[in-house]
Amino acid sequence: MTEQKHYINAETTVKSWLLTVDHKRIAILYLLSVVGFFILGGTAAILFRLDLMTPQGDLLAHETYNKMFTMHGVMMVFFFLVPVVPAVLGNFLVPIMIGARDVAFPRLNLASWYIFITGGLFALAALVLGGVDTGWTFYTPYSSTYANSNVILTGLGVFVAGFASILTGVNFIVTIHKMRAPGMTWFRLPLFIWAQYATSIIMVLGTPVIAITLLLLVLERAFHIGIFDPALGGDPVLFQHLFWFYSHPAVYIMILPGFGIISELIACFSRKNVFGYSFVAFSSLAIAIIGFFVWGHHMFITSQSIYAGLIFSILSFIIAVPTAVKIFNWTATLYKGSVEFRTPMIYALGFIGLFLVGGLTGLFLSSMGLDVHLHDTYFVVAHFHYVMVGGMVMAFLGGLHFWWPKMFGRTYNQGCAVFTAIVIFIGFNLTFFPQFIVGYLGMPRRYHVYPEEFQIFHILSTGGASVLGFGYLLMFCYLPYSLIKGKKATANPWPATGLEWEQTTSPPPTLNFIHDPVVTEEAYAYAKKNEEFYRQAIPAESKDV
Amino acid sequence: MNDQIDHHISPIRTYIIVFMALMVFTGITVWVAFQDLGYLNTFVAVTIAVIKATIVAWYFMHLKSSAKITRVVALAGVIWLIVMFALTMSDYAARSWIPFPDPW
Ligand SMILES: [Cu+2]
Repeated sequence: MTEQKHYINAETTVKSWLLTVDHKRIAILYLLSVVGFFILGGTAAILFRLDLMTPQGDLLAHETYNKMFTMHGVMMVFFFLVPVVPAVLGNFLVPIMIGARDVAFPRLNLASWYIFITGGLFALAALVLGGVDTGWTFYTPYSSTYANSNVILTGLGVFVAGFASILTGVNFIVTIHKMRAPGMTWFRLPLFIWAQYATSIIMVLGTPVIAITLLLLVLERAFHIGIFDPALGGDPVLFQHLFWFYSHPAVYIMILPGFGIISELIACFSRKNVFGYSFVAFSSLAIAIIGFFVWGHHMFITSQSIYAGLIFSILSFIIAVPTAVKIFNWTATLYKGSVEFRTPMIYALGFIGLFLVGGLTGLFLSSMGLDVHLHDTYFVVAHFHYVMVGGMVMAFLGGLHFWWPKMFGRTYNQGCAVFTAIVIFIGFNLTFFPQFIVGYLGMPRRYHVYPEEFQIFHILSTGGASVLGFGYLLMFCYLPYSLIKGKKATANPWPATGLEWEQTTSPPPTLNFIHDPVVTEEAYAYAKKNEEFYRQAIPAESKDV
Repeated sequence: MNDQIDHHISPIRTYIIVFMALMVFTGITVWVAFQDLGYLNTFVAVTIAVIKATIVAWYFMHLKSSAKITRVVALAGVIWLIVMFALTMSDYAARSWIPFPDPW
C-alpha cells in the first residue's frame, strides 16, 4: 500500500513550504514562528522571575530588568497571543470547518506570514541593538521623550505586524461570508467559526488604530511633531486613549478564539450539543462590539475626567454579561453530559476555572474606587495573566491537543499529556495566585527592588514559574516525539462532529476534501450520533490519543 | 444577498463634477483658515474634510455602485471612528467640570 497523499507529503522541498498558498501549511509556518517568539518571551520571564526572588534585585541590572519585562510583554502580546489562535488553528481550521478548499485570498494569507516575520525581525533587531525599556504599552511621555531610540524600531515592528493581523482578519471575514459549503448556513457554523468571525471584526477595525498610534509616536520622536508632548502642544494621555482603543479590544482578539475552542471541546467531551448555541454565537459578536467601548478603564488614575471614567466603568461591567453567558452555557452543556477527561477536556475545564478568576478580578479593577488602590500593582499582573495565560494559553493548548491528530496525522502519548496538563495547571496557579495577594498588599508592578515582607510571595511565584516552565518543557518533548514515533491517527479519533473530523482524512489532502462536502445537519449533533460513534470507536486506538 | 458587483463605469462628466466640487471645498478650507471662528474653527474644518472624504468614497471609490455589504463595511469604519472620537471627547470635554482642589 502506498502512503496516502496529504498536505504535508504532497511536496517536500523547503521552497514548496516557503511559497505555499495552502492555508494548512501557512498555519504550520505560523505555528513554528509563534512558538519561537513564545520561547523568547518565556526566557525573558524566567530571567526576571529569578531576579525577583530577592528583594534587592541583584541578578539583573535595573536597566536590564526593565528591558526584560518589556521584551516579555512585546513578544508575548504582539507576536504570540494575538496571532496564536487565529493564524495557527484558525488558518488551519476555518476553511475545513466550513467546507471550503482554502481561504478566500490564499496569496494574501502567505503575505500575512511574511509581513508578520518582517515585523518580528524589527522587534528582534531592537532587542539585539540594546533593547527597549518602556514596557509593552509604550506609554508617553517616557517612550516619546526619554527612552532610548530602539522604541522607534520596536514601534515599527508592531506597526508592521499589525498588517499581518489585518490581512488574516479580512481573509476570514470574506471566507466565512463567501465560501461556506452548500447547506452550511450561519446557524450551522461551529462556534469556533463564530468566534473567529468576531475576532476578525476586531482585527480589521482595531488594528489600524494601534498601527497609526505607534506611527504617531515614531513621528513625534523622529520629527518632533507635537502630538503627545505637552511642550509641543500635545497631550500624553491621548496616547493612552489611542493605545487602549486597540489594546483593550486586542484582549478580546486574544481571548475570543479561545472561547471558540472551548465550545468545541466542551461539546465533544460532554457528548452533547452546546447549550444555547445562538446565545454563545451572539455573545462573541457582543463582546467584539462592546469591547470597543471600555478602554478608559485603563486610565482611571490619569487626568481622565471622572465622568468619562464613570461611563467606562459602567460599560466594563456590561461586557461581563456576554462573557458570563458563555461560562453559564458551557456549564449547562456539561450538566448531565457524559464527560470524558481526555487531555483537551482537562485544558478546557482548567480554562473555565482560571478564566473565571481572571474575568471576575477584572470587575474589581473596573470599579473606580477599588482601582485607585489596585492600579499598577501585581493584582493587575495576576488578573491579566489569569485571562491571558490561564485563559488563552490553556485554550490554545487544549485546541492544539484536540486537533493535533488532525493536523499531523499522529497521536501523542495520552498519559504524558494528561500529566503535563495537570503540571501546567498547578504551576500556573502557584505562579500567579500569590500575585493577587502581594498586589493587594501594595507591591507595584514593574519594580524589582521591593520591601522584604513581600519576598515570600515572590518566592512562591518563582517556584510556580519553574513548575509551569517544566510543564511547557515536557510538552516540547512529547509533542515533537509524537511526530516521529506517534501512532497514526484515524480520521476521527475522539470521535467528534464537524466537517474536519467526519469528512476528511488525518491529515487532510491539499484541497481539504476528496468530495466537496454538503451539510445537512446542525453543528454538534452528538445526541444523534453518539450511538454510531460508539459502534465505530475502536477502544484500543482511541486510548492513545 | 445582493452581492453582484456593478462594473458600470461612470461617465467622465461625473468625475469632472466631483473634481470641481473637491476643488471648491479646498478653496473654502483655505478661506476658512484665515477666518477666526473661535470655538468653531476645528468644527468647521473637520466638517469640510468629512464632506470631501464622503464624496471621494462615494464616487471615486465606487461606493455608489457597490454591493450593500461593501457599504456596510465602509460605514462600520466611520461608526468606529465616531465611537473613538466620542468616547475620547467624553474625557477631554468633561475634564474641566470638576475644578482641581486648591493646593494646601
Ligand atoms: Cu481593558
